[in-house]
Amino acid sequence: MQKMSAMNRKLIQNLAETLCKQVKHFDKRETECLIRLFSGLLGEQAERRAAHGLDRVRFRNILHNTFGMTDDMMMDSVFRAFDKDNDTYISVKEWVEGLSVFLRGALDEKIKFCFDVYNLHGDGYISREEMLQMLKDSLIRQPTEEDPDEGIKDIVEIALKKMDHDHDGKVSYSDFEKTVKDENLLLEAFGNCLPDAKVEITSNYFCM
Amino acid sequence: MGLTISRAVQWSSDGDQLENSPLNNDILTEILLFTEGFEDRHPQEASIPFCEPLQWNTSLEAADFTSDIYNTRGESAVSLECDDKGRPLLQLSPPAITVHSFYHLSNLLKLSKDKKMKEVWACLEVNREPIKKIFGPISPTIHKGKLFSILHQLDEKLLSIAVRPITREGRLSPAAVNTEVDLLKRENRVLKSVHYTSDYVFSNGCRSPPWRQMEGEICSLIIETCDTEPTLFITCNTSGVFLNERINGEGVENSSMTKSEVYKDIVTLLKNQSPHFAAAADEQDFAIQDVPSAKKILHVETVDVEETGQTLKSYDHEEKNVPEKLAWNKPGSRNKKLEPSLKWKNLGLTSFYDEEEEKARRSRESKKSPGPASENKKKANFSGSSLPGCQSSQKTKSPGGADDFSESSSEDEEDEEKPERRAEIPTDLPSEYWQIQKLVKYLKGANQTATVIVLCTLRDFNLVQETCQLAIRDVGGLEVLINLLDTDDIRCNIGSLKILREISCNSLIRQTIADLGGLQTMVSILDTPVKELKCLAAETIANVAKFRRARRTVRQYGGIKRLVELLDCLPDSVSLSAEQERDADVARCGALALWSCSKSTRNKESIRQAGGIPLLARLLKSSQKNMLIPVVGTLQECASEKSYRIAIQTEGMIEDLVKNLSCDNQELQMHCASAIFKCAEDKHTRDLVRQYDGLKPLVMLLNKAENKQLLAATTGAIWKCSISLENVAKFQEYRALEILVGLLKDQPEEVLVNVVGALGECAQISENLATIRKSGGIQPLVKLLSGTNQALLVNVTKAVGACATDPENMPIIDRLDGVRLLWSLLKNPSPDVQASAAWAICPCIENAKDAGEMVRSFVGGLELIVNLLKSQNKDVLASVCAAIAKIAKDVENLAVISDHGVVPMLANLTNTVDDKLRRYLAEAIACCCMWGSNCVSFGEAGAVAPLVHYLHSKDPLVHQATARALFELSKDPNNCITMHENGVVKLLLIMIGSTDAILQEAAASCVANIRCLALANDKAKNGILTRRSGSVE
Repeated sequence: MQKMSAMNRKLIQNLAETLCKQVKHFDKRETECLIRLFSGLLGEQAERRAAHGLDRVRFRNILHNTFGMTDDMMMDSVFRAFDKDNDTYISVKEWVEGLSVFLRGALDEKIKFCFDVYNLHGDGYISREEMLQMLKDSLIRQPTEEDPDEGIKDIVEIALKKMDHDHDGKVSYSDFEKTVKDENLLLEAFGNCLPDAKVEITSNYFCM
Repeated sequence: MGLTISRAVQWSSDGDQLENSPLNNDILTEILLFTEGFEDRHPQEASIPFCEPLQWNTSLEAADFTSDIYNTRGESAVSLECDDKGRPLLQLSPPAITVHSFYHLSNLLKLSKDKKMKEVWACLEVNREPIKKIFGPISPTIHKGKLFSILHQLDEKLLSIAVRPITREGRLSPAAVNTEVDLLKRENRVLKSVHYTSDYVFSNGCRSPPWRQMEGEICSLIIETCDTEPTLFITCNTSGVFLNERINGEGVENSSMTKSEVYKDIVTLLKNQSPHFAAAADEQDFAIQDVPSAKKILHVETVDVEETGQTLKSYDHEEKNVPEKLAWNKPGSRNKKLEPSLKWKNLGLTSFYDEEEEKARRSRESKKSPGPASENKKKANFSGSSLPGCQSSQKTKSPGGADDFSESSSEDEEDEEKPERRAEIPTDLPSEYWQIQKLVKYLKGANQTATVIVLCTLRDFNLVQETCQLAIRDVGGLEVLINLLDTDDIRCNIGSLKILREISCNSLIRQTIADLGGLQTMVSILDTPVKELKCLAAETIANVAKFRRARRTVRQYGGIKRLVELLDCLPDSVSLSAEQERDADVARCGALALWSCSKSTRNKESIRQAGGIPLLARLLKSSQKNMLIPVVGTLQECASEKSYRIAIQTEGMIEDLVKNLSCDNQELQMHCASAIFKCAEDKHTRDLVRQYDGLKPLVMLLNKAENKQLLAATTGAIWKCSISLENVAKFQEYRALEILVGLLKDQPEEVLVNVVGALGECAQISENLATIRKSGGIQPLVKLLSGTNQALLVNVTKAVGACATDPENMPIIDRLDGVRLLWSLLKNPSPDVQASAAWAICPCIENAKDAGEMVRSFVGGLELIVNLLKSQNKDVLASVCAAIAKIAKDVENLAVISDHGVVPMLANLTNTVDDKLRRYLAEAIACCCMWGSNCVSFGEAGAVAPLVHYLHSKDPLVHQATARALFELSKDPNNCITMHENGVVKLLLIMIGSTDAILQEAAASCVANIRCLALANDKAKNGILTRRSGSVE
């Protein structure tokens, strides 16, 4: 470990220099911190995988431990949103870029990020089925009712009605964008996929 | 005839024309008959030439002078008879005519045939004081004496005519009351009994005794209804009908606020007093509405000082709601018995709700008009209910005490609102209700994600609509929303608050939020670092804290301190960063909440203790109107407290307030003016307003007369500012007086009080008295003397009193019968009004021509004022003493008041320590000594010794008055002895050394009297020895 980080120090600095120019919200020092954190996390995983980058399990640990996310599906989706090249690993570049939006993103960037997260099938639309999947545990099931999922279905309809501005039965990116611009609260409409506002305010520690 | 012409005859508003009124007609007819018959009845007197001819523009032509005592030449005509200087006694050169004697006046009228009345009219219009012209300025010589007494008889006759018609002019007439009472008597099923208190009917149709008729009273009634306890005593006045507690008490009207409301007729009063009567009246649809008086629908204009701006939204939505409500009410609701729907009952509503429903049903039953032809009834309902409403908005601020329930009275009566509002709930539930119910059900079982979706959907309902608001409440939504505030999910907090903020503009929702402990949670949310959340919590608190209990809760849970902390942001600079802008927004919301909270006295104190004043002062530098409005709103609300008034002055806020007077937002202008209004009681503040050039913008604001709230605040500020003479000079420069005089008509009372107050203050400078006269201000002022608003009356009497100090104003006041009106106000139940009226009477007596005669002409007036010496109020006593001193200058009146026992009553008061009272009391005693044995009686009543002690007072004015009184009293030897025993000489010797000449002389003369007595005494003792020398004093 010690040897590796000593060896990598120069490398990390160079990398930080390049990355911070490509990424919006971090300066060089912060980028360097993030890269170091990244290498630290990599060190914990098996050598074989480390070559590719951060794997899903590690990443989910961070989401869970640092950002208090609990929903498995959401964490997987966030992972997918970070993993731009779809190679099931998060590279150092993806890491820094992803965190830039995740931690410091402007509203537009966050809208895009959340939409990517919710767009489970990656087809550019959030469909009824996707919503149902994401919201399935969001309501206490009333065992007394004939169809225990009726409530959820209703909520999906409500959400769809609220978001589907072009009435095509699914939520496109522009639908989503417009909805969130009208009401910021709906940014994380289908599940918690961003750090919570309180964490956000104190989140600078993450980059220190 | 002199008196009648100048006082009883009604002149038109501009004062130079006779009004075409029935009273004038009667008087002029009498004068006409008198003059026409004069020649026959008093041939000798008829030929006495007038000192000055009567001259007017006649409609007669030379051709009309057919009698042979006239010589016609072309268009002109002259009498053959000439006076001793060779002038013809009648001369016509059209259109002017000059007449020198009653003989020719008589003849002329005989010749004018059908134009008689016109001639008299024209003659009197230009000869306001015929007596003066006939006899000249000096008193009549002996050979004219007979003529004088004849005219005096006429005058008396005319006066009796003039007293009669008071009841003809008011809104209620004896005839209207009679008709109405007859109708009520017929409806004996509705009322148990209806009686007059007096069976005697005066010739004018009134039943009240004449001295009450002077005040416009028509009659008193005793009505027993089926449900009000025990019996209603009602007084019918020309100005309306009101309840009276003691019918036989000497003009003591009931002082309790709730009972003294004035209704436009008996039916309206009964409807308001007796629900049973109201229900029965509507059912029967009897045509009481057709009583003449009822046709006049009172136009009620209220200025609601409270809840401006902040609640504009809620006003809006109420209006918006109206058509919808009506729509729901229409179908079948008229015949349906309005039971609460079972659906509603099943929702597990609390007993509180049932109570509401019950009340609502009752009020609905009494309100809904079941019959057809409800047009009339609607009117009746409107005016009936609007009058008390108007009354309540007129309530003056009562000073708050220390306990929790003494919050300042700008508070609303929201608790009473409930039943009214509840009544509007439709029985057919709208679809929104079911949707909202479903959403609230989801909220109860949703995680954060679904909660946010549901909350956002809930927000899509029209939350300013009362149905939606109440639906949320009734399905238990408020509980859930408030619970959500307790979670630590910020998005849920925000979503919930966004809804609560909207619906809390409804007073019922406010109550429930407070009941459910929502305020506590919101107060704790203020600690959050999330600015959006802070803003929302503060804004919601601002909405909820509109009633006393809520305000108290905010304070008790430490909300005030937290809200004050929100104010801490950078004063706005040229460019704000996004973060600073958010800080400014937080401060704005904090100010909004503090504004609501500041309506409670204790909260004002808490704001101050939490260090709010410097923060508010800093925010006052802002240029954002949405920031300034709540900040200035809070400041003006708090300015009722002295600590704030001082702070506003010392923290330099006056400059900013003045600056914002010139902004383009009327609400902000209003709050600024209102703050100045409250602060300008202090002299330094007034000076600051002037130094910062605030007076001109205030005068400019007077032009925005259509905004009554603004006008009330502006005129209030002008009033208080005009207490300083320097400011009055400025107002003169800006010609404010002329504008103020223009505002004396057709304004709500809130405005009038201030306008009149300002005029009263400006009248400190004598040239303004002429300005008020020239701009026609005296007539409306005198007219206001017949009002009922006590605050207004205090100011009006003061202003009229000030006007009366100008000798040129006095004849106008006299002609408008102002002194009689002032005198009537001595009967007002409020001591403030009594005192103010008595003060105003003083200059009137001093400056009126024939003041003694005038005072005597007030039936029972002297007795009334003497009886006020029994008052407990120091200011009343002082003012009445001052007035008595003036009255006593007329010996005849002094005799009358002596008969009424003025001497023992004054003597009774002598033990006072109040310097103001002492001064006027001493003056009154000095003046009252002038008649009969009064001087001796004062001594016997023990008035002398206390007076001597007045000389120990520090007030030089007391010294002067006392010395004069002592001088008068010293004319009685026994008094001299008493004085001497009380050590007066030493005190007087000091007074002789005074620089005040009057005091010197009075003191010296008193000492001289005492000395004379002592000498006489010495001589009497040594009489035997000295008699021989023959020197007897």
